[in-house]
Amino acid sequence: MKAEVKPTGQKIKSILARHQSDPGMLVPILQDVQVEYNYLPREALVLVGEGLDIPLSQVYSVASFFKAFSLKPRGRHLINVCLGTACHVRGAGRVLDEVERKLGIKSGETTKDLKYTLETVNCVGACALGPIVVIDGNYTGEMTGSKVKPLLESYK
Amino acid sequence: MVTLTIDGRKFQAEEGQTILEVAQDNNIYIPTLCHNEAVKPYGACRLCLVEITRRGRQKLVASCIYEVEDGLEVKTGSDRVVGNRKMLMELLLARCPNNKEIQDLARKLGVEETSFQKDDNQCILCALCVRVCQEVVGVSAISLVNRGVDRQMGTPYYEPSDVCIGCGSCAYVCPVGAIDFKDVGDTRYIKWPNNKMEFKLKKCKTCGSYWIPERQLEYMIEQTGLPASTFDNCPDCRD
Amino acid sequence: MANKQTSNRLNSVVKLEALRNAILAERNPNKPCITVCGGTGCLALGAEGVIAGIKRGIEKGGLEGKLALRITGCPGFCEKGPLVVIKPENILYQQVKAADAAEIVSETVKGNIVDRLLYVDPDTGKKTTYESDVPFYKKQKRLLLSDNSSIDPTKIEDYLALGGYAALGKVLSNMTPEGVISEVKRSGLRGRGGGGFPTGAKWETCRKAEGEKRYVICNCDEGDPGAFMDRSLMEGNPHSVLEGMIIGAYAIGSHEGYIYVRNEYPLAVKNAEIAIKQAEEYGLLGKNILGSGFDFSVKISRGGGAFVCGESTALMASLEGKVGEPRAKYVHTSDKGLWEQPTNLNNVETWANVPLIIDNGADWYAKIGSEGGRGTKIFSLVGKINNTGLIEVPMGITLREIIYGIGGGIPDGKKFKAVQTGGPSGGCIPESFLDLPVDFDQLDKAGSMMGSGGMIIMDEDSCMVDIAKYFINFLEGESCGKCLPCREGLKRMSQILADITEGRGKEGDIDLLERLSATLVDCSLCALGSTAPNPVLTTLRYFRDEYEAHIKDKKCPAGVCKALVAYSIDEEKCPGCGLCVKACPVEAITDMGKKKPVILDKEKCIKCGACYDVCKLGAVIRK
Repeated sequence: MKAEVKPTGQKIKSILARHQSDPGMLVPILQDVQVEYNYLPREALVLVGEGLDIPLSQVYSVASFFKAFSLKPRGRHLINVCLGTACHVRGAGRVLDEVERKLGIKSGETTKDLKYTLETVNCVGACALGPIVVIDGNYTGEMTGSKVKPLLESYK
Repeated sequence: MVTLTIDGRKFQAEEGQTILEVAQDNNIYIPTLCHNEAVKPYGACRLCLVEITRRGRQKLVASCIYEVEDGLEVKTGSDRVVGNRKMLMELLLARCPNNKEIQDLARKLGVEETSFQKDDNQCILCALCVRVCQEVVGVSAISLVNRGVDRQMGTPYYEPSDVCIGCGSCAYVCPVGAIDFKDVGDTRYIKWPNNKMEFKLKKCKTCGSYWIPERQLEYMIEQTGLPASTFDNCPDCRD
Repeated sequence: MANKQTSNRLNSVVKLEALRNAILAERNPNKPCITVCGGTGCLALGAEGVIAGIKRGIEKGGLEGKLALRITGCPGFCEKGPLVVIKPENILYQQVKAADAAEIVSETVKGNIVDRLLYVDPDTGKKTTYESDVPFYKKQKRLLLSDNSSIDPTKIEDYLALGGYAALGKVLSNMTPEGVISEVKRSGLRGRGGGGFPTGAKWETCRKAEGEKRYVICNCDEGDPGAFMDRSLMEGNPHSVLEGMIIGAYAIGSHEGYIYVRNEYPLAVKNAEIAIKQAEEYGLLGKNILGSGFDFSVKISRGGGAFVCGESTALMASLEGKVGEPRAKYVHTSDKGLWEQPTNLNNVETWANVPLIIDNGADWYAKIGSEGGRGTKIFSLVGKINNTGLIEVPMGITLREIIYGIGGGIPDGKKFKAVQTGGPSGGCIPESFLDLPVDFDQLDKAGSMMGSGGMIIMDEDSCMVDIAKYFINFLEGESCGKCLPCREGLKRMSQILADITEGRGKEGDIDLLERLSATLVDCSLCALGSTAPNPVLTTLRYFRDEYEAHIKDKKCPAGVCKALVAYSIDEEKCPGCGLCVKACPVEAITDMGKKKPVILDKEKCIKCGACYDVCKLGAVIRK
């Protein structure tokens, strides 16, 4: 998959400075890097490790441990289907199935045209309104299989 | 000094010692996999669990981590301990059915077969390799990646590492032989479950044998500050 | 608004009270204020449009002098969102749309009520005007949540106007750290995150522990899926949590704190950041708080999407820049926690209770609730229930009162089956236990626990084996992978449950699940592993017949497990309306013309259930 990015040392330096180059803040630092590049480029991990004096293997360990991070380039639109218990009981599984069918990818994957990345999340805290789908930070509640197509179409 | 009881026998121990240390000092067998004196205890394999009685209540604790207390009562072979050990062994056997050390250990603990679907791994994720690389060698070339059932050990991106010195400590410390390590001619080959690397070996000026990876030598020179010429000869040819 | 000065810093408690009086003097308590819930839930239902509409209405009519708009935190009645409450009368409007905004503005300015937006009591058919008359709210005791609909969480002045930070003032001027600890101990406050440990005792241990530095942490990781109490508090009233933390830090002797917020709660992170900034600006946080000489600062750290980081040692590892791996707790974190220093970690709701206790006294607090739990508890009531949302009740109330008295019972006339409490560490409680009081100790009797407050209601259409499988799969994905029993054990439990729900169950599977569960309970390194078997064990205990039906008869009685059900059309009931034809995502149903029953192609059918859901005539059979 293309769209891999080479981060500049300058950008990474400013992110590190924002957190006082505190090695304890590795997770928030990586989050800021991901907001910047839409994923965690390899070169960014190297620069973060150097900047914080942490071995690359440890940075990689942390980057691969937390589900919030993607080590591969992600699509322009990030679709999150909530699979928390309340959403599950109200049929979130069916909503996920329908999104997978419509996009032709499975959860954790990105469409070939790099337009959509589909991920699942284990509870966004809007449990009373499940099933929930979050696209680019916008929440839509009370989702059903039949509402998937119009929702995806609004994110062309 | 504290006094504790293990399997009905009284022992004296120093404060700060773990139950495992006291047991091993006194030739009492407790199985372990992720334990090694060279590194800090990790408490991951759970095979060293023993039953303790404290304030009238029984619970299982990891003997490699739990520090002894005065009046502690320890059972290393109660029904609860043995039953759990067997189930843990079944899980290990299902994970690594074709690994010789795991097969031997299973037999020793009285486990003939596993009730679960068999996979085919060699690595038991005890992390001794990673811990040794970090705590003893100090290079941290390898780490544990991913989490949960996807957990693996390896170099970042499973690609050749810039910082690995080819010392082979990881292979040496692995309790189940999951890391392949061999020197053939002038090259050292190290193979982890997910990738492999090759290292050029240095030739002894005197006897001509290939004795250490050049990268490891560079690291030693850097760490010790000794002149490179110190290592022109292999240990056998050095005075 | 307070006058613009070069600095807003309050360097004494006296100045704090003066500021509070100044704020109150500027406010007209009788001026109508339209409050709209801006919590994540209502936003998902379109609250932004409502807010924009009301803003527009006020501006267009030049009504700024007559009407105020306040965007507030979550008032809890999420089922009926978006919610609007007209102050000061507390008139409640529910399911408000953007198109309703103009009318709300025009009618409120006239002092009228928009009748059609009022809540209708489903039992009586009558409309209720005021928030407190709504049955959902009547049985609640909203000590923590009621302020949510009165304050804009991004404006510290709102919190001050309601008496905020008075408790801190009281502590810094009149109480010693030991005195604070004693008060919290006497109140009987116990941790609200699930552990239920006596808070005062925990603070005391931390204060007495040896170490150069002490840390306090607020755990806002809220990993239990289905629970959103902490989100609502942190989004809606972050100052209540901050104030609790500052008081706790003073009591413990800590000068550095962290708020660890789950990555999936961006609005909570944002509002907490704003609150910290404003508190610092006013000298309520940072150096020399209110001129007392006490320093305390707070940083926010976000989680990375790991349920295990809700466990205290894993959370602390994450704060140290490491992976979220727990460690054995033979030495408590109160003695050796973050960076090996004494650390006190408490849940969001626990911290929010502290200012209440200081303001009103331990004796007042200890009278609320029951022996097994003093004070109130916030629960998230979700799933198959009529009134989904957040409720706050005194502990000791029964499950039945919660589910039927407040929750309004099960929708669509379905039968109650079970309530899952305590998240993935808890268990499924059947009807026979509905009269159990809810507190820290009683739910143990049923094999479950109160946990952090998630309550998921299930009805006759829920398959309990599927629920057990759901939780095991969830935990399998969240296991850190360090210890053998949890990592390998959950994988195997997941395989066995997949076999059972997909028609490959066999004799001996239940026994194996039970033996494996016992090893996870006894041998896991942390509570994720040791409590993981609870959903399986409780469903086996109360719904064993469902497991046996799946294994022996290869049937799913609730009709959920896809491999074990088949869909068909009841030709006698089907009028050929074609609704199911449209609903089917794979075109497996063919329209045969009007008045003729449709035909369902079993080969094409993917068993998604869309036709079953859409048919109101019961013509789709699921067996």
